[in-house]
Amino acid sequence: MSDIALEFDGVWKKFKKGEIHDSLRDLVPAFTRGVFSRNHRGELAEREFWALRDVNFEVRRGEALGIIGANGAGKSTILKLLSRIMRPSRGRIRVGGRVSCLIEVGAGFHPDLTGRENVYLSGSILGMKRQEIARKFDEIVEFAGIGDFIDTPVKRYSNGMYARLGFAVAAHVDPDVLLVDEVLSVGDISFQKRCFDKMREKVDSGVAVIFVSHNLQAIMSLCKRCMVMAQGTNVHDGSSEGAVDAYVRASNEIGVADRETNAKFRVAGVEWLEPSGSSSPVIHPGSRCRLMVKFECLDDGPPFCAGFVVRRTRDLLYCYGASTAGLEQPLIECRKGSVMTIVYTFVNNFLRGHYRIDVNLLDRRRAEFLSQADGVANFTVNERVSYDGVVDVNLGVDVLPGDAEPLDASRLVLDPNP
Amino acid sequence: MNTVELTSAVPSFSESFREVAQFRDLLYMLTWRDIKVRYKQSVMGFFWAILMPMLIVGAGVLVRFAFSMSSGHGVKMVDISSIALKSLPWAFFVSAIKFGTGSMVKSPNLVTKIYFPREVFPLAAVLASLFDAVIASSVIFVLLFAARVGASLELLWVPVILGLIVLFTAGLTMFLSCANLFFRDVKYLVDVVTTFGIFFTPVFYGAHMLGKWAPLVLLNPIGALLEALNSVVILHRAPSPVWLAYAACWAILGLLAAWRIFDRAETAFAETI
Repeated sequence: MSDIALEFDGVWKKFKKGEIHDSLRDLVPAFTRGVFSRNHRGELAEREFWALRDVNFEVRRGEALGIIGANGAGKSTILKLLSRIMRPSRGRIRVGGRVSCLIEVGAGFHPDLTGRENVYLSGSILGMKRQEIARKFDEIVEFAGIGDFIDTPVKRYSNGMYARLGFAVAAHVDPDVLLVDEVLSVGDISFQKRCFDKMREKVDSGVAVIFVSHNLQAIMSLCKRCMVMAQGTNVHDGSSEGAVDAYVRASNEIGVADRETNAKFRVAGVEWLEPSGSSSPVIHPGSRCRLMVKFECLDDGPPFCAGFVVRRTRDLLYCYGASTAGLEQPLIECRKGSVMTIVYTFVNNFLRGHYRIDVNLLDRRRAEFLSQADGVANFTVNERVSYDGVVDVNLGVDVLPGDAEPLDASRLVLDPNP
Repeated sequence: MNTVELTSAVPSFSESFREVAQFRDLLYMLTWRDIKVRYKQSVMGFFWAILMPMLIVGAGVLVRFAFSMSSGHGVKMVDISSIALKSLPWAFFVSAIKFGTGSMVKSPNLVTKIYFPREVFPLAAVLASLFDAVIASSVIFVLLFAARVGASLELLWVPVILGLIVLFTAGLTMFLSCANLFFRDVKYLVDVVTTFGIFFTPVFYGAHMLGKWAPLVLLNPIGALLEALNSVVILHRAPSPVWLAYAACWAILGLLAAWRIFDRAETAFAETI
């Protein structure tokens, strides 16, 4: 057996929009066509669309592949094809060995059956043999941590117990290929952590893992490699950092185009004055930045203050937010038809990553936004000091020779500019 | 470890059979679940499996009694044991197609989220009904013994005939469960047919009572098989070869055809349900 655990070779998949059949009159010709023609899978009929177009990739044993992309880009379709719930319309998929999914926790549980019975039922639905389940039974119950409740019907379980038992069964299947679809979004933090540890363990033991998620952070920490899906094709396949970058950039371009402004103001122009020359500049740590935004006033309104927000793009983490009110500047007034220019100046104390700037105009008295423009600008910070985080704290570290007595704090001199 | 290739092609018969065989543990578990769940939280429990066919026998005896009162012939013991014998396979047939038809639609989560050969859904429903029939057969056995039906070499036909009944039921159930997934009308149709089908099938009466019109009820493969069963157990006569062959064709070719249709339609299950 080669090193390749699974392979997509020119895979296409089409779906149909709307109701499958409207009436018996449509149905009869469609049915006869379906029965007598064999070569109808290749082309698109009315109301059909391609959910996947010519997708190619392969995953090795012990490799974790992340898949990211907007909703409807075809991520889940890939998993459904891989798990054989659906068949491709064109192309071929090769899968080596047993495929298992962490998609549905508690798959096939029957509420009237006890925990013990459901472990056997769910285990065999997930493809385990009975002896295999019997062998792992104690381990599963231990992992789920439900103890004496194992002989109680699962309909009397709490949601947490139900999910834990379901996950425990799924986690004890020994697959060659593991598919994970957003399971991390359900359950509490400790449950998520357990899912995560289990996935890592599987990767380390040589299982090929495909992980579909909107949680870019999770993708980056589990997968070295990541694929970006857009409109049914894989537009990027490479390192997770590169893929997340590409995905974030692509979604930002859309974001700026659709920026939402209230009727009272319209963003008429955005320009980086410092550093100049790029619409999404790369900014060095500690350097000064100036962003100019032009607002066109569409309607007379009350005096307002101007707000400024920086968010990390990959998870929209709120990194900084302030307004002219906080800076104790006077309220701004603007007449209908005039154009107002606001220049925001700040020092870049952010760490490596992509950031997005949102600006707004706020009527504080009525707590009402006159304008809210999200993602008017983007910037990227590049540095090689930190390994993760948001804020630059100018870390200095002095390693001093060890003494028998505790270190004197005054001897620890932190250099502010290393 | 074997590499599986997934394309748009419909898997061949042998692939499909092999897969179901691979998942026999699941077939066992689903059958066991259906049996277990059916009588969970019911006071009577497995007694229901016996009671249902007994009710059919009771109804049949009453109907025959009413007929005999008007014609003045009287009900013979042979008639009663014949009704008891035929009621059991009929009860199995009805319960299998009733449970089997809805077997996939009842579990949309499994159909859309997890893969295993879908054939196990209807097949498990058939096996669960078969289990009930086996329990009830003990009572029928005692009843026939008490009625001094007797034994003969013709009884060797019994496993063949019962096997054909099971095969025919399995084929029909597979077809219906698959059809019901696409058109929910099927469920209502099955409800009507299972309620009134007993009048069109020689359960309470014998096909011979219709005289020259007998073939009308024998065209129904279940009718032909019930008559064959009656002939070998009660009358100790060999079954009619023509009608048995006819029913066997239905049972075997029907199952193969249903299996094929099922496989061809399977690709659309998750998208349609």
